[in-house]
Amino acid sequence: MTATPDVAASPGQVPVAHGLAAPPAPWRLLLRKPTFLIGTAVLVFWVVCAIFGRSIAPHDPLAQSLLARNSPPSGAHPFGVDSIGRDVLSRVIVGARDILLISPLATLLGTVLGTVLGLVMGYFGGIVDTLIGRVVEAVLALPVVIVAFLFIVAVGPSPLTLIVVIGFIFTPLIARTVRTAVLVEGQQDYLASARLLGERPGYIMFAEILPNVLPVIVVEFTVRLGYAIFAVATLSFLGFGVQQPTPDWGGDIAANYGLLGAGYWWETLFAALAIASLVMALNLVTDAIEQVISS
Amino acid sequence: MTRYLLRRIGLAIATLWILSVIVFFAGQVLPGDPGRAVLGPFASRIAVRSFDHQIGVDRPLVTQYLSWVGGLLHGNMGISYSFRTPVEPIIVTALGNSAKLAALALVIIIPLGIAGGVLAALYTGRAIDRTISLSGLAASTVPEFVSGIVVIIVFGVALKILPYPTGSLAGLSVPSQLDHLILPVIPLVLVLFGYIARMARAGTIEALDSDYARTAVLKGLPRSVVIRRHILRNSLLPTITVIATQTGYLIGGLVVVEQLFNYQGIGRQILSAASSKDFPMLEAGILTIGIVYMVATLIADVLYTVLNPRLRVGVSG
Repeated sequence: MTATPDVAASPGQVPVAHGLAAPPAPWRLLLRKPTFLIGTAVLVFWVVCAIFGRSIAPHDPLAQSLLARNSPPSGAHPFGVDSIGRDVLSRVIVGARDILLISPLATLLGTVLGTVLGLVMGYFGGIVDTLIGRVVEAVLALPVVIVAFLFIVAVGPSPLTLIVVIGFIFTPLIARTVRTAVLVEGQQDYLASARLLGERPGYIMFAEILPNVLPVIVVEFTVRLGYAIFAVATLSFLGFGVQQPTPDWGGDIAANYGLLGAGYWWETLFAALAIASLVMALNLVTDAIEQVISS
Repeated sequence: MTRYLLRRIGLAIATLWILSVIVFFAGQVLPGDPGRAVLGPFASRIAVRSFDHQIGVDRPLVTQYLSWVGGLLHGNMGISYSFRTPVEPIIVTALGNSAKLAALALVIIIPLGIAGGVLAALYTGRAIDRTISLSGLAASTVPEFVSGIVVIIVFGVALKILPYPTGSLAGLSVPSQLDHLILPVIPLVLVLFGYIARMARAGTIEALDSDYARTAVLKGLPRSVVIRRHILRNSLLPTITVIATQTGYLIGGLVVVEQLFNYQGIGRQILSAASSKDFPMLEAGILTIGIVYMVATLIADVLYTVLNPRLRVGVSG
């Protein structure tokens, strides 16, 4: 049990000249990146909306003032009023909740399942690897959209369905990435010594390999989170996600885009900008993390 | 090579078969029964039952599956529950409409994406590279319906220079059809740009680092000639084949864009079939998309293998 990964995994860092200062911690490098700071600020803003939306929103997002239907942005309603008389600003604020709850949970499910699968495939290799590989290949051979669509149509739309479907679709993709990382890791000395010490496969996989492939998994999680938001928003727009009248960006756009031809742009624009700002912010953060990890 | 090809085709057929099973049985699990969905909530129970009997959904599942597959093999996709007419003509028209949209998107995105990627590669690490890479990444992560809403509001509602909604193109002249297709194409182009540019950039950087590129530079060829003759030729073909692997995303994008722009393509057809529980239409539509997808990925794989001799398996065996 003495094969500490840190010592064994460090030969790559040993040749650093003694006179040089130690490289700054990764999170310090992150804080120096403007893209990371901007992205984080926007993300924090939406998370606050997701948690405290009901108290921040100026109006009840469900209340309908029928006389104000389709009225354009004004002092009382800065983002205007939608086709059945609900305050758009309040719906945009409260609408952050479901997408910010569903997407991370779906990504987490896919990451956990994918990591376990990838560790098993990469560590055992041989027949286990081939067998799971074939299944993964078969899943990936089907158009992802179609699989998701069929499943949701069959089971019925709900937030839980979205989490499970997206999580399952991510699983083989993440498993493939983790497997590759484990294969690279498998050539390190510390694993050979762990095996020689007679440690159990479960311990080696989760206590010794996992911490070393964690950076790969973190990057994969953030990248997948972006795709998850994309998928959740799109499926909600198609009517397979959060159902009306619950405030939801994709769902609200679906409910109101029919009136774009009549010139009522405010009913969809602000929700669209909310989605765009969320995914772009996440991308800035992901990009910064990737750069720091790869440097 | 022949052996590899046969194996790939075999795999594609097997996948299609699995898809047909999934499609069929997923269709069966759909809540609600077709008779009720078609005849409405006020139809009598007897009428619903006799409708179900007439269309054959009261038979055992396996019998239904076999007769469905048997029909498909004879080119018979069944009768639509909602339209009471054969499914094929509707699917064929819708597929044609989707193909127009997809073709226009590809015609725009392939040169644009490659140009962006090559430009980024030639200026690796500089501002141009960062701008192209980052904006490509940002564009590819914004859902199609979101960018769609924005372009509709800007060009269709505020400036009123492009028609919205797209609707049906039937009876329109070719220039007018193009005019109608520009708005729905933009979201598709935005989503694909980042990926294609990234691929072209990686391919070009690899070619720039190669020995033959260095040799060409060292023997005194001008930079523009090296780029045109040595770099582009080696980096572009693999990039183009990689594009075919994006068919899945393109199909997903089509479903969304057709819905948003009220365009009568196959994606919209499938969505409306799903909501009205029109099984034959739903199954035929999804299987059609599956076939298109299989063929596209098959072509991509084969092209990729042909162009990369290193990846060719089964040459010796």
